[in-house]
Amino acid sequence: MSTVWVEGPAEREPLALSDAAHAEIERAIARYPSKRSAILPVLWVLQRELGWISPAALRHAARAVEIPEPEVFGIATFYTMFNLKPVGRHHLQVCMTLSCSLMGADRLFRHLERKLGIGHGETTPDGRFTLRRVECLAACGGAPCLQVNETYHENLDEAAVDRLLETLR
Amino acid sequence: MSAPRGPLLFADIDTPGLTGIEVYRKGGGYQALGQVLGKQTPDQCIETVKASGLRGRGGAGFPTGLKWSFVPKASPKPKYLVCNADESEPGTFKDRELIEKNPHLLIEGMVLAGFAIGSHTGYLYLRGEFAEIQRVLDRAIEEARAAGLLGANVAGSGFAFEIHTHLGAGAYICGEETALLSSLEGYRGQPKLKPPFPAVEGLYRSPTVVNNVETLMNVPHILKHGAPWFRQWGTEKSPGTKIFSVSGPVQRPGNYEVPMGMPLSKLVNELCGGMRDGMKLKAVIPGGSSVPPLPAALLDTGLDFESMNAVGTFVGSGGVIVMDEDTCLVDALLNLIRFYCHESCGKCTPCREGTYWMVEILERVEHGAGRERDLEVLLDAADNILGKSFCALGDAAAMPVQGFLKHFRPEFEHHITHQRCLANRRRAGAPGEAWSGADRAEPAGVPE
Repeated sequence: MSTVWVEGPAEREPLALSDAAHAEIERAIARYPSKRSAILPVLWVLQRELGWISPAALRHAARAVEIPEPEVFGIATFYTMFNLKPVGRHHLQVCMTLSCSLMGADRLFRHLERKLGIGHGETTPDGRFTLRRVECLAACGGAPCLQVNETYHENLDEAAVDRLLETLR
Repeated sequence: MSAPRGPLLFADIDTPGLTGIEVYRKGGGYQALGQVLGKQTPDQCIETVKASGLRGRGGAGFPTGLKWSFVPKASPKPKYLVCNADESEPGTFKDRELIEKNPHLLIEGMVLAGFAIGSHTGYLYLRGEFAEIQRVLDRAIEEARAAGLLGANVAGSGFAFEIHTHLGAGAYICGEETALLSSLEGYRGQPKLKPPFPAVEGLYRSPTVVNNVETLMNVPHILKHGAPWFRQWGTEKSPGTKIFSVSGPVQRPGNYEVPMGMPLSKLVNELCGGMRDGMKLKAVIPGGSSVPPLPAALLDTGLDFESMNAVGTFVGSGGVIVMDEDTCLVDALLNLIRFYCHESCGKCTPCREGTYWMVEILERVEHGAGRERDLEVLLDAADNILGKSFCALGDAAAMPVQGFLKHFRPEFEHHITHQRCLANRRRAGAPGEAWSGADRAEPAGVPE
């Protein structure tokens, strides 16, 4: 089977990755009997390193696990957590599913929209915050909740969110 | 020290330092490994788990020992054990607490399950949002390896077993076992046709057992103390304890480990302290968002597989979502169906298209533009998804629609005939604050 590579002129710049990231990619691939199984771990390494999955990162992942690039694009878009455009330093992911909604998530989200002056999927001009509605985070007992990058914050109200934002520079 | 929060998995869950191997071993941890490896045969383990009556705690409730026994022993292929820690069912948050506080119990359970099915490799699939929990697990796995409890010669028994954690990336469908395996193989997380079942042809087309976190955490206890001991809790057909995650406007939301069969009313009114702000309970979803809700009149139903089935719903994942009298159930159902529409993997038509239809109709009804025949069309759509979609996600979207309309149809009809809500919609505001049309300034629409 031939491999089809999609290369645009904008994607030719080399991808600057740390040695640690390269090593982590190697280790991820070694954990499975099949290289392609490492596609999610590899995309995670790249996203943690770069903040998002750039076209160059996508191509790097495709080559590392030997999957055609269009298919990696299909995988990266199938899952919701890969950022296919840059996000702010603090990615606010507000749960909107039923338990959180019952406990005031809609109001919390509107508060964040007003306070930050951005809507769902948008980033503040200073690159500090990206705001996003997400589905159930498995923290329903602490509703309403949100994640800032990988960290959970639970039992929130407007005042608690304001205090939280102050700590996020 | 505070009183134990439950008889079994929660007995010592809040012990300080339990995530470390020293504290875990001091409390009797990894003793089951020593009792079983090299002393019992894999078949004996399977028989004990069968005799215990343990049923899967992830949602389907399939007998665990029976599932293990389906793995063909003679197969020359490697066998895989996969732990499903993709906990994504709305209303469910037990696995997160279990792993965060007691990772070694899961490791011990995986080693024992691996031994029983003849597997030497376990993959632990975590939902993408559990990155911090993955780090807790990776540290615990490192500790177990250093202590000789994982690796080429587990506890000196000659049995080899390794565990690798694998982080998903945001897809509810990956909780479905064949979709999870597709995802683990490096494909999009879409389900596969069964049969062949994973036990025969799963990960890398090899025999594979997929078990939930809570299920696997019961295994060391069962193998250590025996089936009769485990059966001291629960009912004849639903033995043991189950962790229920309670959310919504109750006094004390959280995870509760209770003997199966305990009335739902006792869980909500006694353990969780009843409703907040003196409100009345209107509806409760007993087993995660996929199962039909129950009205307050059925609150005394027992929390076991059989009693819940008898009233037309399920224990499911144990995600108990409580709704009070000020909750608009049209809005609540719309919220859930939007979730399923967003999470449909797109593989089959009934689910992919049907969930959009249901969202569209419910949005119309919710925003006062409902038509007379809308509820019939809604039920027709649900009927065309239920049992006709590729995997259980479609059923999971159809069952709440049927259940909400079975028990609360007048509330939906009121929306259509009066273009307004029966409930005093407090949910978006402070207690007592009336809902206004500005609550959702713009209809959120079908999720992207």
